[in-house]
Amino acid sequence: MQEAYATSLPAVIRGEEAFQAARRQKRNAAFLGAAVVLVCLIIAAWISEAHPATLWAGLPRIFEYFTRILPDLRWAALFASAETEGSIAFWFYRLPEWALLILETANMAALATLLGSAVSLLLAFPAARNIAPSGLVYNLTRRFLEALRTIPEIVYALIFVWAFGVGALAGILAIALHSAGANGKLFAEAIENADMKPWDGVTSAGGSWFAACRFAILPQVLPNILSYLLLRFEVNIRSASVIGFVGAGGIGEELYKVISFNYYEEISAIILLIILTVVIVDLLSEKLRHAAIGRLEAAR
Amino acid sequence: MKTGASMLEIERLTRRFGSKTAVDGVSLSIPAGQMVGVIGRSGAGKSTLLRMINRLTEPSEGRIIFDGQDVTQLKGRALRDWRMRSAMIFQQFNLVQRLDVLTNVLVGRLNQRPMLSSMFKMFTAEERAMALTALDRFDLAEAALQRADTLSGGQQQRVAIARALMQNPRLILADEPIASLDPRNSKIVMDALRDVNRDGLTVLVNLHDLTTARNYCDRIVALNAGRVVFDGPPAELTAARIREVYGVTEEEFAEEAALAVGATPHQLAVA
Repeated sequence: MQEAYATSLPAVIRGEEAFQAARRQKRNAAFLGAAVVLVCLIIAAWISEAHPATLWAGLPRIFEYFTRILPDLRWAALFASAETEGSIAFWFYRLPEWALLILETANMAALATLLGSAVSLLLAFPAARNIAPSGLVYNLTRRFLEALRTIPEIVYALIFVWAFGVGALAGILAIALHSAGANGKLFAEAIENADMKPWDGVTSAGGSWFAACRFAILPQVLPNILSYLLLRFEVNIRSASVIGFVGAGGIGEELYKVISFNYYEEISAIILLIILTVVIVDLLSEKLRHAAIGRLEAAR
Repeated sequence: MKTGASMLEIERLTRRFGSKTAVDGVSLSIPAGQMVGVIGRSGAGKSTLLRMINRLTEPSEGRIIFDGQDVTQLKGRALRDWRMRSAMIFQQFNLVQRLDVLTNVLVGRLNQRPMLSSMFKMFTAEERAMALTALDRFDLAEAALQRADTLSGGQQQRVAIARALMQNPRLILADEPIASLDPRNSKIVMDALRDVNRDGLTVLVNLHDLTTARNYCDRIVALNAGRVVFDGPPAELTAARIREVYGVTEEEFAEEAALAVGATPHQLAVA
């Protein structure tokens, strides 16, 4: 045993011993925690029948699928017309239709984000613990927002397709409802982090609850809300791309079709288009966020 | 000392936070037009007392009567109307930092605005003129369109006083209005409070600094552990009386009170 510290002051010895004891305790707790997590993981995998053997056996098939959907491109014909096999134009021979569908998808996402976030903005104030008019109102709005975001978009979409028929409207409403629940929680948490001194200021001047929300809280949380809104737009582009699987509009319907009919090259073409769109929206919204927040900071 | 019919009656006002009693059976009778300084150490209940009068904090027991009306029973619209008449000024100014100065002053008119127009920040030209007049009184009309957080502490507190005046209040409740300010701005703010008092408004001001309280107030109320331990004209609050009431010398009292509000003691006396 190393006694390097034994020659030092009693305070040093006591301190070192206390430190060793605390470290031992922390390590034991960490080991115990890791063991519990590991056991839970094994049990969960066993119950959900996620056997490593199945994973191992299926892995090559995933790569096989990917090689199948890869286009058959040839260097010599790469930039030839759509009639020549092996050209990019041949791979994307239905680009005009897809471009329209992608545009529809982006529009669905934008509308759904705006609609949903408008609802969240209204519900976020009663759902913020620091300013909720009463515990009952707080709990009711919180639970309502939870319900909104717990139900998957695809379930909403199935209901709305049944109610309004096949088309983008069903998709927009489905995504909007989910966005309302998801953003409502984030907005409410932004409000809970707001400084309450302006709230006292407005309230002490005789302003109503609504006036205090509008004047004391909203200006503080607006940059945050804008950030969340743009983030939600990006998320919704992805959602809108698959929601068409159940006939709720957008590129998803087409994607579902080419997957079911095993039009392998078209699958990769559409997925590439979706990825490109998400990248473009990512870049744009980043710029937009900086510009808008910069303006908010500068002006008022 | 200005006197009049007793306007504000505080009867056995009490506030408990859990097992702790912040304000313990305080009774005060304040005539219209008086300037009352409330002093006390940290935790003496000064802030709680003022906030209870405006009903930002709910009393546990006791009553507040203003012009014969029981303020403690008010609810909804009537409560908001009372808050408009008893304007508050805070140590940290409590402005909306991200809004411009003009809108911050117009917050004082929110009580009189219909709900929908206030949601769109719509105020009448008359109200804007009123706000600009109030700002001009404190040499801040030029800063009307600047954001509040671009102003210094002293300027912000003047904006807060302009906001209070927009409420057309009968009473001003100032909670440590100069504790976060330098001596020059402290003087400007205290002078402003004295001016509005001379215009006929009743002023209740929490102060940690005895010298300022003696110089500006008609009457001093000293609190200790939530109870009134002195109530009278400044001349009667001698150093001997301070020692008798608080058990410390005036210097110790000043140092302790200044520390509690985060101010530097020797800088604070405002003459």
